[in-house]
Amino acid sequence: MTTGKLSPKERMQIPRQPMPCQDPHERVLNFAEVALGLTPELARREAERCLECKDPKCVAGCPVGIDIPRFLVEIREGRFDEAIRIVKETNTLPAICGRVCPQEDQCEQVCIVGKKKDPVAIGRLERFVADWERDHGTVELPVCEEPTGFKVAIVGSGPSGLACAAELARNGHSVTIFEALHKPGGVLVYGIPEFRLPKEIVRWEIENLEKMGVEIRCNFVVGKTATVEELMGEEWGFDAVFIGTGAGLPYFMGIPGENLIGVYSANEYLTRVNLMKGYRFPEFDTPVKVGKRIAVVGSGNVAMDCLRTALRLGAEEVICLYRRTRAESPARLEELEHAEEEGIDFRWLTSPVEILGDDEGRVRAVRVIKMELGEPDESGRRRPKPIEGSEYTIDIDEIVMAIGQGPNPLVLQTTPGLELNRWGNIVVDEVTMMTSIPGVFAGGDIVTGAATVILAMGAGKKAAAGIHDYLLGKGGLGGEPRREVAAPPAG
Amino acid sequence: MATILKKETIAPAFKRYVVEVPEVARKHQAGQFVMILLHEHGERIPLTIADSDPEAGTITLIVQEIGKTTMEMGLLPEGTEIAVTGPLGTPTHIERWGTAVCVGGGAGIAPLLPIAKALKEAGNHVVSILGGRTKELVILRDEMEARSDEMIYTTDDGSFGRKGFVTHALADLIEERGKPDIVFGIGPAIMMKAVADLTRPHGTPTVASLNSIMIDGTGMCGCCRVTVGGETKFVCVDGPEFDAHQVDFDLLMKRLRTYVAQEEEAKRRFLEAHRCRATENAEVTA
Ligand SMILES: Cc1cc2nc3c(=O)[nH]c(=O)nc-3n(C[C@H](O)[C@H](O)[C@H](O)COP(=O)(O)OP(=O)(O)OC[C@H]3O[C@@H](n4cnc5c(N)ncnc54)[C@H](O)[C@@H]3O)c2cc1C
Ligand SMILES: Cc1cc2nc3c(=O)[nH]c(=O)nc-3n(C[C@H](O)[C@H](O)[C@H](O)COP(=O)(O)OP(=O)(O)OC[C@H]3O[C@@H](n4cnc5c(N)ncnc54)[C@H](O)[C@@H]3O)c2cc1C
Ligand code: SF4
Ligand code: SF4
Ligand code: FES
Repeated sequence: MTTGKLSPKERMQIPRQPMPCQDPHERVLNFAEVALGLTPELARREAERCLECKDPKCVAGCPVGIDIPRFLVEIREGRFDEAIRIVKETNTLPAICGRVCPQEDQCEQVCIVGKKKDPVAIGRLERFVADWERDHGTVELPVCEEPTGFKVAIVGSGPSGLACAAELARNGHSVTIFEALHKPGGVLVYGIPEFRLPKEIVRWEIENLEKMGVEIRCNFVVGKTATVEELMGEEWGFDAVFIGTGAGLPYFMGIPGENLIGVYSANEYLTRVNLMKGYRFPEFDTPVKVGKRIAVVGSGNVAMDCLRTALRLGAEEVICLYRRTRAESPARLEELEHAEEEGIDFRWLTSPVEILGDDEGRVRAVRVIKMELGEPDESGRRRPKPIEGSEYTIDIDEIVMAIGQGPNPLVLQTTPGLELNRWGNIVVDEVTMMTSIPGVFAGGDIVTGAATVILAMGAGKKAAAGIHDYLLGKGGLGGEPRREVAAPPAG
Repeated sequence: MATILKKETIAPAFKRYVVEVPEVARKHQAGQFVMILLHEHGERIPLTIADSDPEAGTITLIVQEIGKTTMEMGLLPEGTEIAVTGPLGTPTHIERWGTAVCVGGGAGIAPLLPIAKALKEAGNHVVSILGGRTKELVILRDEMEARSDEMIYTTDDGSFGRKGFVTHALADLIEERGKPDIVFGIGPAIMMKAVADLTRPHGTPTVASLNSIMIDGTGMCGCCRVTVGGETKFVCVDGPEFDAHQVDFDLLMKRLRTYVAQEEEAKRRFLEAHRCRATENAEVTA
């Protein structure tokens, strides 16, 4: 392969390399990953498309600022081990971000090549090197500093908590993650399905974190099993706490019939299938209803995951109801395209008004109304409004509400003095990520509202820096460690 | 992980477990429950904390074996580690009301234990009405007697106490002595509905503890939702106790039937695989 010898013009001529995928007809019958990953040849060819910009816009487009051109050059030259090392300088979970980042709105949106042609497939290449490292068993764990003697509690094991923990462990702090569910990973395990993000990868990343000395305590609900205040008290003795509890509270529409049998929140539907493995009932004990005609309300990533899960569970017809149009759909482009390929019936500009049930209280139909786009609202998106007299009924036997999630109040209500905004999200200092309570930090969806994996990770990292400074007293807030520094383990 | 320290049969298809889980034992208040998970392939199910010993770091669970998970739990030997999360739910609101009546049926007697205890400690006069199909299914009689000032028993077949339902006994009690200051009615949904219907005309404050299907128990999935006073509530965080007069019990009962087909299937398979052992209550060897 010619390397490094091409002119920019020649590079521009190379087409974006296709991602090998499972065939749509095949894949709707299984839960295995849809995108199979680039081969080394495809990856090197794709990396060749990068122009190595002097002022790389892509880096600014990545929320954690990965040195993109530097790792792409290494891929081009076939030095995959070097490439992954560069990625991991800034991103601790590349196998995950490479798969689920909305690249078209981030790094790839601003890639120079994208001005004229398709942008360099940065996300896919990031995934490629992360997978390569895992397959070759060459994983290098970050070196941890000498133990500082400080203890930090992390509440929630989603991407924000995991990133924060990794960073703190690197800095020599003793870290314990408290997770309410029986498995760590947050949305990565209970929300995003296997066919988009194999759970094996999440497990593997978490094992690496444990190898760095991070302790994970599952089945522990902060606010119930112990409060934040108690964690920072004598008994538990944590010097700082990071809250990364996500946006776990499901919203419903408030329309009639929403409590009928067969109406699911997206969280329930996906949790039954992903976390509890309901798709493998009765081998696994948690059941999930398998409908023939299913409607999903919403058109974000969460809705796409529900639609495509329904297909894989064996539904014959799966309908997406969204009150705006495809152009406003907040889902990642790749998910939207995959869903279309798989045969989802998208009904744009359509909103449910009532869910109808039978005598036993089971869903039998949904009444919907057609919408049109009117004037732009505060967010700049054109506001949908109902078209009078356009209602009609669709026969269904199951419906999933994927219209968004809010902050779960369990921690918030039991932590007096914690300042919240009017949506119930935690208010933090933008630089340190510290909340209104000294020593208590927060980040991820619980601060921003439902966002993305990479933003949550970025927030976790930023908070780790804030915590580190706080603990070492640099911010003028912290103090000395309360304990003697523990001797490093022998050997 | 939590360890099952002790397991004993207290009635046909009823077992009592003592489980070591210090953090939960320390924090437990009346009215709260735990979510348990037996193993990787298991289902998360809610169970009320019937008693706790903060010093010993243990909680007591009383389980009626009605389906796959509860039966499988019955086969676990002492010493088995299971996942236990809690204490969850809003604790019972306890006051010194005066006369408090605790009406319990079936597995619903278990949640009444800590409530009766708290009521008595707060200085209430506690009258307990416990019922079951037949004498041996009226569980926890000694424990409830120790926490009550008066006891009334009913059985459907008349084998113990008076013949009939707990609601008959409650109706007579109200008839003879006037309305009590508060009623706690806990048992099968149909029983709780009957208690609510009985006390509603008297305007007696009545509390029910709802047993909806749950997954996480922390307000994340919404599968436990019920309608109370026309509003949607999550049983795991807003409850499990609610004003019984406001609860839409018909909806609750319907929602409890969501998975009957799969539950029957799971139970059938389980019984086939463990034909004798489940009934003889021997230990799983594997
Ligand atoms: C179905 C779905 C698909 C998505 N797809 C994408 C995608 O393709 N790309 C993308 O970038 N983003 C996607 N997102 C969004 C992304 O997953 C989230 O923005 C991200 O996970 C937020 O991370 P977090 O760490 O803030 O919280 P979460 O991932 O929500 O994790 C929070 C954790 O805290 C735990 N917790 C909560 N309360 C407590 C408590 N009291 N005590 C202990 N633990 C507690 C929870 O159980 C959970 O494990 C998706 C989200 C969903 C739901
Ligand atoms: C807050 C609360 C406290 C409870 N406390 C006790 C207790 O102390 N002792 C006791 O014996 N039982 C208690 N239950 C009921 C207990 O959770 C169910 O009996 C158990 O889940 C049945 O599981 P199974 O697999 O054995 O039976 P299945 O055959 O699966 O189910 C039998 C019936 O139990 C209900 N059920 C099924 N799955 C669940 C689930 N995941 N969550 C809740 N209910 C379900 C359904 O109505 C179902 O029809 C409580 C329930 C709630 C909500
Ligand atoms: S982390 Fe996300 S935004 Fe950053 S380079 Fe990777 S795919 Fe792009
Ligand atoms: S903007 Fe595009 S072409 Fe430029 S360095 Fe980044 S990836 Fe390469
Ligand atoms: S059990 Fe999931 S919200 Fe109550």
